[in-house]
Amino acid sequence: MGRTFPLFPQRASTAAGQVDALFFFLVAVSVFFVVLIFGLIAYFSVRYRQRTGHERGEPTRTSIGLEITWTGIPMALTVVMFVWGVKLFFNAYSPPPGAMEVFVVAKQWMWKFQHPEGRREINELHVPLGQPIQLTMISEDVIHDLFVPAFRTKMDVLPGRYSTVWFQATRTGTYHLFCSQYCGTEHSKMGGWVHVMEPADYAKWLSGAGANEPLEVAGARLFTQLGCITCHQPNGTGRGPSLVGAFGRTVKLTTGETLVANEDYVRMMVLTPGVKVVAGYQPIMPTFKGLVSEEGLQQLVAYIKSLGKEEGAKTP
Amino acid sequence: MTNAEPVLKLPRENYLNANYGIKSWLLTTDHKRIALLYLVSVTLFFVLGGIYAGLIRLELLTPYGHFVSDESYNKLFTMHGLIMIFFFLIPSIPAVLGNFMLPMMIGARDLAFPRINLASWYIYILGGIFTLTAAVTGGVDTGWTFYTPYSSTYSNTHVITMAAGVFITGFSSIFTGLNFIVTTHKMRVPGLTWFRLPLFVWSIYATSLIMVLGTPVLAISLSLIGLERLFHVGVFNPAMGGDPILFQHLFWFYSHPAVYIMILPAMGVVSEVIPCFARRKIFGYHFVAFSSLAIAVLGFLVWGHHMFVSGQSIYAGMVFSILSFLVAIPSAIKVFNWTATLYKGSVIYRTPMLYSLGFIGLFTIGGLTGLFLATLGIDVHVHDTYFVIAHFHYIMVGGAVMGYMSGLHYWWPKITGRLYPEGWGRLAALIIFIGFNLTFFPQFVLGYLGMPRRYHTYPPEFQVFNVMSSAGASILGIGYLLPLIYLLWSLRYGRVAGPNPWAATGLEWQTTSPPPTDNFSETPAVSDEPYNYYDMEPVPHA
Repeated sequence: MGRTFPLFPQRASTAAGQVDALFFFLVAVSVFFVVLIFGLIAYFSVRYRQRTGHERGEPTRTSIGLEITWTGIPMALTVVMFVWGVKLFFNAYSPPPGAMEVFVVAKQWMWKFQHPEGRREINELHVPLGQPIQLTMISEDVIHDLFVPAFRTKMDVLPGRYSTVWFQATRTGTYHLFCSQYCGTEHSKMGGWVHVMEPADYAKWLSGAGANEPLEVAGARLFTQLGCITCHQPNGTGRGPSLVGAFGRTVKLTTGETLVANEDYVRMMVLTPGVKVVAGYQPIMPTFKGLVSEEGLQQLVAYIKSLGKEEGAKTP
Repeated sequence: MTNAEPVLKLPRENYLNANYGIKSWLLTTDHKRIALLYLVSVTLFFVLGGIYAGLIRLELLTPYGHFVSDESYNKLFTMHGLIMIFFFLIPSIPAVLGNFMLPMMIGARDLAFPRINLASWYIYILGGIFTLTAAVTGGVDTGWTFYTPYSSTYSNTHVITMAAGVFITGFSSIFTGLNFIVTTHKMRVPGLTWFRLPLFVWSIYATSLIMVLGTPVLAISLSLIGLERLFHVGVFNPAMGGDPILFQHLFWFYSHPAVYIMILPAMGVVSEVIPCFARRKIFGYHFVAFSSLAIAVLGFLVWGHHMFVSGQSIYAGMVFSILSFLVAIPSAIKVFNWTATLYKGSVIYRTPMLYSLGFIGLFTIGGLTGLFLATLGIDVHVHDTYFVIAHFHYIMVGGAVMGYMSGLHYWWPKITGRLYPEGWGRLAALIIFIGFNLTFFPQFVLGYLGMPRRYHTYPPEFQVFNVMSSAGASILGIGYLLPLIYLLWSLRYGRVAGPNPWAATGLEWQTTSPPPTDNFSETPAVSDEPYNYYDMEPVPHA
């Protein structure tokens, strides 16, 4: 049997305290109503119990006032819960600008992480204290879910689509990482640890594995290897659009619709390029399905993102 | 107590002895006999689902899972969920108590479509056979939720057989719902206006609406899984342009309202039992009646609260959150009205009453913890943890099963003509209440600590609460075993009940127990609102 059995989870992120505060508010409301209902039932059942075996209950009157009261008060309380809950929810899924982006690939039954500086790890995630970390996640097979109780953070990891979540750790230490979406035979073993480290220790850890290639460099190498560069020339003279500054921009498609060129769009264009072609270009790009792994796709995303940073908006 | 009471005798002719032989049961169109066919079958499935639950709790005594393999564990919780939900909870109150009582409560001789009623039982059994086949030939490991793409592409278990079982059984639910709706509209006795209907009828009616409107969507979702597995059509497969989240939308569009299929009938039972044993007319009749309909309607608009962290838009999350809060309000209205009915009543602690009071308490906890899950910011943390498991067991076991037990004990004398031993009844109710809380309350703590659901192995610091839970489960098991024994015993040795042992209002009590095949020797008439306990005689002593 475990030597310790905690009653409350550790609190190790900026969100944890906020979620707990709302949780305690709901606990208080619940305790109030449980005491009220249990108390009234107990009191009425004893006070108005059948004694002689011949009494009857008093005639029942309807009371609109009472009905309105006990409809209105719970309704008002739930509005408070709703607004407060929405605030935390939006916060949980809106990473602050400048968050450090760690890419995650989930598969039956392991977690793979790629740090921006290139270090990779499996089932262990090292992060620096005090730095907002955004996880950009995708699954190779079924739906998984990344859950760190100490951070009060959870997000499904889907096949075929990126999902994101962010956190900022506030306490060094080692915390459980769980898969919380049932994913098959070894679901309960698909877990690991998050290690929150002082930034200096994190820097040391990053360089510990020898020479690492930053993600965008790896992405650039792939970009050349796969031959993307042939058409997507930086000066826009190729058969495809230049990708410089393309990330995050609104693009117009041949179909007339517009969309924002985000991570999902980049990934989609590599795997199924004919589907959403940018206006003014021919659908001639071949698919790279099967030629590039999910990790590779993430490196390409990182590279194309980095192109946006360097140069200003140059029309592709 | 004096012995001056007249000695009661069973009526010479009733639906049980009208004719004999296996054919007279298997080919009956009498709603009362069909109710008993359902009673036997749902009890068997309850025992089976309970055995699965027992094995799960046994395995979770230790963190590292020594007793069964990962694969077997996943099959255990899948089969437990599927059997309990589709083969026990959904048919339990409607198909057993509703089938028996609905025609009697409205003064009818039978349901509108007696043959469809019998057909629905056969369909249920056919679905059951598929399910048992899937169980015996190796089980299913998808979880009762069949989430794609695991169920459609990755699982190597008997998904299609199982899905076929649930698909088929769904039609039994649709038939029953349809039958109840038509019966309620067309077969009420003269004078029985809508607002003179017992609240059990209102809740069964609301339930039937959900069954008829929701179940086809479940059938569609399961068919699509079958198509994916057999022909790889790709609706849910992202590699072929499909969307696995679409399945979750389809599935919960039925399966969230299904929660109300399970709880509404139990609420109906409680609305009968509380006035009877408080000897007082129900408080706020119209509010209780309309809250059932409100739940049925709003229940269809909240499915997305199962998907707050699934990758659906955060704005969709917002909408589903506020709607989920809204659906809690009619439930709260019911709880307050039941409680107010006790005020200045004359409360008698009989077995059905203990279960109904237990229902109010446990349902209150289940409902309030539902608010945690509707609150977006908190759901992110507790979603897919034991907090959810605890919450829905408070609703489904603390609520629906307690309601079923309450109704079964309340109407047992009407169904069988005999009384069960009251002392044993109360003892079992108490044991079930204690065992239930010990099983499921620790799971709230486990959930907030972060233990994910469907975990075969878990970190050792969670063991203490798991041991408490398993201990509670064994008490709960004993609690359920007792009624099985004394109710069977009472069939032969129980005291004869007489037509109305609780001095209850309601047409079902105005005929003999057990009733004759045609229910009433002459058609009753209604000229008053229900639950007029002020004018009733006192309840005879136990």
